[in-house]
Amino acid sequence: MRAFLTMLGVIIGVASVITMLAIGEGSKNSIKEQISSMGSNMINIRPGTDFRGGVRMDMSSSQSLTYKDFTRLKEKSTLISALSPLVNGGGQAINGSKNWPTSIYGVNTEYLKIRKLEIASGSMFTEANIQASAKVVVIGKTIVENLFSGGQEPIGKMIRFNNIPFRIIGVLAEKGQNTFGQDQDDVILAPYTTVQKRILATTHLQSIVASAKSEETATQAVEEVSKIIRESHKLGEADDDDFNVFSMDELITTFSSTSQMLTILLVAIASISLLIGGIGIMNIMYVSVKERTREIGLRMAVGGKGKDILLQFLTEAVMISITGGIIGVLLGMSATSAVANLLSWPTAITAYSIIISFSVCVITGIFFGWYPARKASSLDPITALRYE
Amino acid sequence: MERPIIQIESLKRDFALGTEVVRALRGISFTINKEEFVTIMGASGSGKSTLLNILGCLDQASEGVYKIDDIMVKNLSGNELANIRNKKIGFIFQAYNLLPRTTALENVELPLVYNSLFTAKQRRELALEALHRVGLSDRLHHTPSQLSGGQQQRVAIARSLVNDPVVILADEATGNLDSRTSYEIMDLFQDLNQKGKTIIFVTHEPDIAALSKRIVLLKDGRIIKDEPVQNFLLAKNILSTLPKED
Repeated sequence: MRAFLTMLGVIIGVASVITMLAIGEGSKNSIKEQISSMGSNMINIRPGTDFRGGVRMDMSSSQSLTYKDFTRLKEKSTLISALSPLVNGGGQAINGSKNWPTSIYGVNTEYLKIRKLEIASGSMFTEANIQASAKVVVIGKTIVENLFSGGQEPIGKMIRFNNIPFRIIGVLAEKGQNTFGQDQDDVILAPYTTVQKRILATTHLQSIVASAKSEETATQAVEEVSKIIRESHKLGEADDDDFNVFSMDELITTFSSTSQMLTILLVAIASISLLIGGIGIMNIMYVSVKERTREIGLRMAVGGKGKDILLQFLTEAVMISITGGIIGVLLGMSATSAVANLLSWPTAITAYSIIISFSVCVITGIFFGWYPARKASSLDPITALRYE
Repeated sequence: MERPIIQIESLKRDFALGTEVVRALRGISFTINKEEFVTIMGASGSGKSTLLNILGCLDQASEGVYKIDDIMVKNLSGNELANIRNKKIGFIFQAYNLLPRTTALENVELPLVYNSLFTAKQRRELALEALHRVGLSDRLHHTPSQLSGGQQQRVAIARSLVNDPVVILADEATGNLDSRTSYEIMDLFQDLNQKGKTIIFVTHEPDIAALSKRIVLLKDGRIIKDEPVQNFLLAKNILSTLPKED
């Protein structure tokens, strides 16, 4: 009973460390997952500040990104697996008496891969459609819902966007909202040539989106992309970039660091209870040494050496903390699953959190058990034997 | 046959008590041979506890010579003393000093736990044998709280026998027992002595001392009498004159 009460500090400490870490890790993971569901390893290249006669131009008006940059990237980059130009424009989509304000995205066929989109029915437009600036579109779920009344098959139907008729050739699979609350299904995809010529009347690209080959090489890919575009723009050493390259990595890092800080805070609180648990162990070991003074004297009389006694009490302290640790891990795991089930918070128990809290436990046992054990081992057997 | 087990010569032990020096032993000498059964007597403060601590290698003398089984005990480290205690000496205490919540068998095994030469199996065998010798073969798995005082002391005696020591040191071993049980324990000691054990017994009860073969009387740190017991009695005989327990 007393041993259990002693363990309680350690149990609560370990359990809370594990639960806190699981919650922290879970929220980090869910952010990561949501961001990468928008297109993992996605790299976004946008035009940046442009100099015209020494005047820095507003970013939105800049036209520094061209189709030439796109082809250069396509030829030279080695760390990119998919690449698509992106031009978009807002407007009203109309089908008969129904209409819906939305955006049209001019892309190529690789865009699906970059954004992790799938075709639910129909098909994606082809290279030939792009060459021909064909008036074909692939639309998202939200568009279908708003322009077609229940059950009506959209494939093959015509809709108008800014009064230009488009034939629907495919419908995207549902994707839902992203982290920022944007509806990812409220989208119309068309060949970028079509959007450039027929809607925006421009030859520039608003951005280029790409996908790095892997998450590990994303940072290098960003550097490579910058280098290629700098070359393509004939920028000298001293010139600023006239474009910006963003990767999802940076977003993930930003979000992760926030939840990381939260995790550190939670762990700090939990560590304090582990410390209190350790002090509890020290306390109980002192009492135990005191109570068992005669036993210690006897053990010494029959040949127990100082180090035998030290080891015995140290082992006991570590046993208490390890048992507490095991119970704590189990409790932490069930608390985590309770949190996951009842509050439906994202959680993730990682092996390292268990290893860390468990080893902290053992260290606590040794650290706080050492002094009382030391005291026991340095008792004088004569006085210990006579102790009442 | 007359092999000396314990030899002490002009043994002195001083304690510094603040600025004063207390002379607990002021130079005592004697030799105890194998198979002797010696009682050390004396009033409190006579130095018998100090002597016993030194004999038991729990303490070391300030001056003088102490040899146990031809080993010179002088300026030894704590670990070396512990080794001698573990291999050469069997302790029996007034208050039994058994480990609570631990079976008789495990209590008896304890000295062997601190001797790495014995395996768990050997420990078990030797402990069983020792408990058999003190007549407790039917109480192996009882804990001290389930045993009577006499039985507890028998477990303690078994514990002192288990490492086959050269000498058994009993400190007021009958002090907590009623007279009948005391005689039963003394009978056991006499029996062990008969079978070749060397026993040093500390007591202040003259009728218990009379059951040994030699009495050493201490006073103020000196030996004032050291002579064989004239009319050696057998505890068995005294037991038969006592009224039987109901």
